[in-house]
Amino acid sequence: MSRLPLPVAKIVLPLAVVVGVFVVVGASARTRVMRRPPADSGRITTDADSVVAKVDRLFAKNWANANITPANPADDLTVLRRLSQSLHGTVPSLEEIRVFEADLQPHRMERWVERLLADRRFSDYFARRLARVYVGADEGQFVVFRRDRFWAWLGEQLQNNRHYDEIVREMIADRGLWTGVPEVNFITAAVNEGTVDVDKLAGRTVRAFLGQRIDCAQCHDHFFADWKQGQFKGLAACFSKVSISPVGVEDNRKEKYTVQDRKTLEDREVLAEVPFHSEWMPAEGTERQRLAAWLTHPDNRRFERAIVNRVWGLMFGKPWIEPVDDLPNPNEAGRQHDDLLDVLGGDFREHDCDLKRLIANIAATHAFRLSSDHPESESPERSAIIDNTWAVFPLTRLRPEQVIGAMLQATSLKTIDQNSHWASRTFRFFQELNFVKEYGDLGDDELADHSGTIPQALLRMNGEFAKDRSEGTPFSAPGRIAGMSPTAEGCLDLCFLVCLTRHPTVEEQVQLLPQLEDGRGDARKNAIEDIFWTLYNSAEFCWGH
Amino acid sequence: MTTPSRSRRDFLRLSAAALGLSFAIPGLTLRAADARGVERKKSLLTIWLSGGPSQLETWDPHVGTDIGGGNDGVKAIQSTIPDAQIAHLYPQTAEQLHHVSVIRSLVSKEGDHERAAYMLHTGYRPEPTLVHPSIGAIATHELSDDKVEIPQFVCLGDSPFPPRGGFLGDKLDAYRIFNPGQNGQNLRSNVDTDRQQRRLKNLEVVSQSFRRGRGVQVDHTLHQHTVDAALRMMTSEQLKAFQVEDEPAAIRDAYGRLSFGTGCLVARRLLEVGVRSIEVSLNGFDSHAKNMEAHVNRAKELDPALATLFKDLADRDLLQSTAVLVIGEFGRTPKINPLGGRDHWPTGFSCLIGGGGLRSGAVLGATDPTGQKAQPENPIEVANLYATVLHTLGVDYAKEVITPIGRPMKYCAGTPINQLLPEPLST
Repeated sequence: MSRLPLPVAKIVLPLAVVVGVFVVVGASARTRVMRRPPADSGRITTDADSVVAKVDRLFAKNWANANITPANPADDLTVLRRLSQSLHGTVPSLEEIRVFEADLQPHRMERWVERLLADRRFSDYFARRLARVYVGADEGQFVVFRRDRFWAWLGEQLQNNRHYDEIVREMIADRGLWTGVPEVNFITAAVNEGTVDVDKLAGRTVRAFLGQRIDCAQCHDHFFADWKQGQFKGLAACFSKVSISPVGVEDNRKEKYTVQDRKTLEDREVLAEVPFHSEWMPAEGTERQRLAAWLTHPDNRRFERAIVNRVWGLMFGKPWIEPVDDLPNPNEAGRQHDDLLDVLGGDFREHDCDLKRLIANIAATHAFRLSSDHPESESPERSAIIDNTWAVFPLTRLRPEQVIGAMLQATSLKTIDQNSHWASRTFRFFQELNFVKEYGDLGDDELADHSGTIPQALLRMNGEFAKDRSEGTPFSAPGRIAGMSPTAEGCLDLCFLVCLTRHPTVEEQVQLLPQLEDGRGDARKNAIEDIFWTLYNSAEFCWGH
Repeated sequence: MTTPSRSRRDFLRLSAAALGLSFAIPGLTLRAADARGVERKKSLLTIWLSGGPSQLETWDPHVGTDIGGGNDGVKAIQSTIPDAQIAHLYPQTAEQLHHVSVIRSLVSKEGDHERAAYMLHTGYRPEPTLVHPSIGAIATHELSDDKVEIPQFVCLGDSPFPPRGGFLGDKLDAYRIFNPGQNGQNLRSNVDTDRQQRRLKNLEVVSQSFRRGRGVQVDHTLHQHTVDAALRMMTSEQLKAFQVEDEPAAIRDAYGRLSFGTGCLVARRLLEVGVRSIEVSLNGFDSHAKNMEAHVNRAKELDPALATLFKDLADRDLLQSTAVLVIGEFGRTPKINPLGGRDHWPTGFSCLIGGGGLRSGAVLGATDPTGQKAQPENPIEVANLYATVLHTLGVDYAKEVITPIGRPMKYCAGTPINQLLPEPLST
């Protein structure tokens, strides 16, 4: 074989391959450009019989009982920002805001929810949020590769709007290699040094798909729920046949699954068993297939309640019931009309476990459209009641990738999505990785209450990334805004729209306009940089509202 | 980068007064805690040997045995503790070992790096529904000091599994310095004083609009509090503790000028300022192949730094107030594998512990020289080790706190090791 000159072999070839991959991937991921107002799909109705109306009545009753007047409705731009953050992990671009503001057709919000759900950014981002629940957030080289494969697979399923129960059955029961059948990484994520950690799988299954915690029953009976240690082991046994071989995840393990009896200290065999309603478990199939069928059985309301509570949490930044995976048992008598999880869960089941419909329903509720400010929130006692009854939209800390997504989007006036130039998207990908590393990941338990940290404040104030994001260059929003609008008012409005998705208040204009009026050239550029810095560091930017 | 025209502290005084920001600047003392000996508030210093150091090539050699590597293995040298011979790779540490005690029988059930690092930072096995706070976070939470303007829980070095605040909150995650000797990241403003002042004034106005109708909720986020604390840190004189330029060359040489040695020196400076909890990490102990080579290599950095640290702390009368722990996530197998390496071994591994009022010069536990018995003599659970540490720091180790998920949890599930306490604990 003839040798290539060294620089070609070492630099040019690898570079060409990398560039080639980016171009090909970038081109293939492009979808139809949506620059016009979206059309109405009719997916969601809000008439008196609709599930949205039922949810609204439930809230109205709770507010009346607590003698609370709910907050005013949030303006549409704020709702659009919430939706972008929870569904796309970023904020609306100036381009989107302009189309949105010019859209005067009826049912604007409903149509835009549909548009956001159809966008590839939704399936990519939402898959990533959900994947944390199914395969965790552990580090380690293999884990990370497998998680990426799993995440891509889940994104495909969401994009195609596969039924959620089908997706779950595949995750739990499918067989094959982690590369070719990425859903099996639900299983491989619990493989520790070659052994399948069946306890971990059992615990994760119950938390993710039943919204309950039985992990503590691994060692003792649950303190307050009626989970017994024996029930935990029975569930763990459902995974005990799993074997990892050169052909991937299989169900070929022959050894009996035994555990040591705590009293007699003797090993006893444990068979695959479910803790309640064993009649939902089919007799046929592998243990994993039987477990998957039981979990997703149409009468197993824990399944729907778990996903409703989680999706609610992802959209509001706070689950309906906390912790997100420690739900009370459902009422055995049947669905309750005053139980939010039953109301939304019932509709979810009736519509083939359609996740996008669930999201659109939640987005259409009165509660989701409320403002996050309330006249009574200055009093700690009243404020607690307002919070607890969801009479105000909750203020919650954004995830690091939501913060960085917002910063990146704010610096670019055009939408960064799969239609963007591949360089922008690759840039976003790597920037995001670094930023999340420095900002700190929230781990699996991402829906718990978190406050910010000093290193995060420093990173936003002084970090290279934030500096680059607020620098006025010919290509960045801060640089272009100076040229786009001849007036100070116009500049200020653009800064606020791209960073905070709103227009400035009178007080803000009084403070900031003089800085922009102070001449042209560098003075104005510097003033815009300072305003971007200010907005990035505000609580309003870093917290979901 | 623009150099501020006035000192940043001056600026902050001015702007704090001008903006009415909610923090006061205390009188300047570079050393917020000047007391020495028993008068001094206690701190915790952990030397984290990341990857799992071999007990056999550090503090528990079995010379001449198969498990010790026969003639190719380490030699043993006498330390200043009569009962303790340690690997010859640590001649300087051997001379200072009397400042601490040796444990040769730690046991845990975790053999995976991430899980074991969790166990050895918290004393608890990982659980899916709860993140336990590391021992350093607990110490910082219980013993925080208002006079310290820099983070009170600091992790020096590039450890893959830094200690976390767990259910005590992200604010108790260790503040990370990846390159010891340099200041933390992002501590300098990118603009000059006038512009920084303008930015802060702008921020105040924008924050006011957001607060309207959200007063209690916004306060609850602590957003302004963290911004204020960050500004306070940016201008603190105590930041000098992160730098080593004003240390005499002889001291810097003695610690070693590589990252780890510098980290140990910075750790001592942080202790002097009153930082509550510090971890300095040294990577590279995961010797699945060529175990001996890896350990010879690591000892070149660890030995001088550790010996100098023990001596320096004792000379400056800081040892009485600083609990020191030298530990990794597990030990390594007695059996040497075909690649000349040793694999993970969570039963019967070693650590050094001392200072902070603990007894020194003791040797606890012993491992089987034939390597046949997995369980060591006098096995010591990690939880007991940490009960000992918290106890000597003056923290109620058995204190039960209600976690965010409503489940009560003790800081530490173990009980102190009597042999390490100056006076046995009667229970």
